[in-house]
Amino acid sequence: MADKVLMKGNEAIAEAAIIAGCRHYFGYPITPQTEIAAYMAKRMPKIGGCFLQAESEIAAINMVYGVASCGLRVMTSSSSPGISLKGEGLSYLAGADLPSLVVNVQRGGPGLGGIQPSQSDYFQATKGGAHGDFHMIVLAPASVQEMADLTVHGFDLADKYRMTSMILADGTMGQMMEPVSLDLNVKPMPEKPWATTGTKLERFHNITNSLSLVPEELEELNFKRYQRYAEIEKNEVMYEEYMMEDAEICIAAFGIASRVAKNAIVEARAQGIKVGLIRPITLWPFPKAPFLKATEKVHTFISVELSMGQMIEDVRLATECRRPVTLVNRAGGMIPSPEQILEAIKNAHKNGGAN
Amino acid sequence: MVVFDKPHALADLPMHYCPGCTHGIIHRLVAECLDELGIEGQTIGIAPVGCSVLAYNYFNCDMIEAAHGRAPAIATGVKRADPDNHIVFTYQGDGDLASIGMAETVHAAARNENITVIFVNNAIYGMTGGQMAPTSLPGQVTQTSPYGRDTNHCGFPIKVCEMLSELDGPEYLERVAVNNVKNVKAAKKAIKKAFENQINKKGFSLIEVVSSCPTNWGMTPQKALEWVEEKMIPYYPLGVYKDRTAGIVKGADK
Repeated sequence: MADKVLMKGNEAIAEAAIIAGCRHYFGYPITPQTEIAAYMAKRMPKIGGCFLQAESEIAAINMVYGVASCGLRVMTSSSSPGISLKGEGLSYLAGADLPSLVVNVQRGGPGLGGIQPSQSDYFQATKGGAHGDFHMIVLAPASVQEMADLTVHGFDLADKYRMTSMILADGTMGQMMEPVSLDLNVKPMPEKPWATTGTKLERFHNITNSLSLVPEELEELNFKRYQRYAEIEKNEVMYEEYMMEDAEICIAAFGIASRVAKNAIVEARAQGIKVGLIRPITLWPFPKAPFLKATEKVHTFISVELSMGQMIEDVRLATECRRPVTLVNRAGGMIPSPEQILEAIKNAHKNGGAN
Repeated sequence: MVVFDKPHALADLPMHYCPGCTHGIIHRLVAECLDELGIEGQTIGIAPVGCSVLAYNYFNCDMIEAAHGRAPAIATGVKRADPDNHIVFTYQGDGDLASIGMAETVHAAARNENITVIFVNNAIYGMTGGQMAPTSLPGQVTQTSPYGRDTNHCGFPIKVCEMLSELDGPEYLERVAVNNVKNVKAAKKAIKKAFENQINKKGFSLIEVVSSCPTNWGMTPQKALEWVEEKMIPYYPLGVYKDRTAGIVKGADK
């Protein structure tokens, strides 16, 4: 087993991207993810790569579009307000079926908001994020190791399905330091015969495009894209179950919220309450099946979020509203405490799902 | 002996442009340059949003359709993906380049990004049906300036070559026109030089092509070309605004 190194989450993302073969990074400074850009600025020139600070988030995502169109692995990163600016580009990337990796180290919003951790871009990330029918693969790390692992996995999935993978982290994940193994599993990149790298006068020209003026054709493109999305929903769901074997109460939480929730679960178990956790790792595709299955034994679901309650809607959909789903949340850069979650668990235990 | 033929880099397709539109001429000039320099096979063109949005169909080189105004940023990515082999050009109108995409234009120029920009200035938004453009002349009647462009209300046109010539970055800036044979020949020379600069790794070259839009100007093609001569060129003087290699800065030869 490879040695572990102590890294910040943001740095782990950057190094993992390089290990995955990414040699082009474009970004614009914004807290709390700027370490990614700083790391890339140091590393890329030494390995023949390209770090370029763009004039805006909009320019950065379009530089990504250009490199992606040439068939190379490419990424950008930002935090919430910057991701809104990238929205246009995310839609065009989806419309042109280009692979890319985009990192959102979330902070509190809306507007300029704050610079402390948040999960309030869940809707934006999982429901499309900009105009038109599309999805991104959304990966939610809960440790520095997962920041690295999911970055590599995100590149693989992006290439496999020709779409954007988004790492949806938060300020805590970006800033915290943990030991991480960089012995990462990188798959070979698929052939990209569609890439715009010059015809060499040997083939008909390739066109990267999201315009389709004939509605019948545009409809067909959308249906085909959603067939691909259905494959992803079938094959690429990732989640962790924690103490779910006998659980009567199920917490749903991702990222930093899941780590706080685990503390509360250990304490509740010590008090004799059967509670467990389902932690979605892919937020899209959402792990619907384990939640639905859990309704057989669980009487109450508790969604723990750093937002005003966004994932809770997917938990309700996944559980088909068969059991009550309650919310434990903080917002604006605040993080729920283990005590706050424990209290909700105790209430659920007392009520036994009868609310 | 063949004395006039369709350039290899230009697709054998009917174009969608209006009668009298000069996009066809400019497309042809670009394609002739790709042929003559032998670079079609390594060229990637970036089409804009606007009347020339479908330019990706008309050039036989690899093509990318950009979001409105973002072509210089995409071109930056394409160039940096393979700086030694990719020849990259953007083809943009005045709304695309000088309004919604101004930041991308200025910063690509400031970086001396080694790309070629073909900037078609016809002083109007064509595709959406004739609205005021960043380059519409003072007093010019458009759908969104129905009483004439009032500079007290909505400001003055942007002179792109003059503005960019203030930057240290760009290698080459020239304004040309395609309203008569003499000017078309000069335009071809400028466009070719803009590609040669890129081949020789000299950096950012922008050719502004003063152009006509008979349909949205509400003129016959002939009248529109006269309007280019009488109204457009006096406001947008032709000439080299910057040529770093030749030591020319700010339209000294006009």
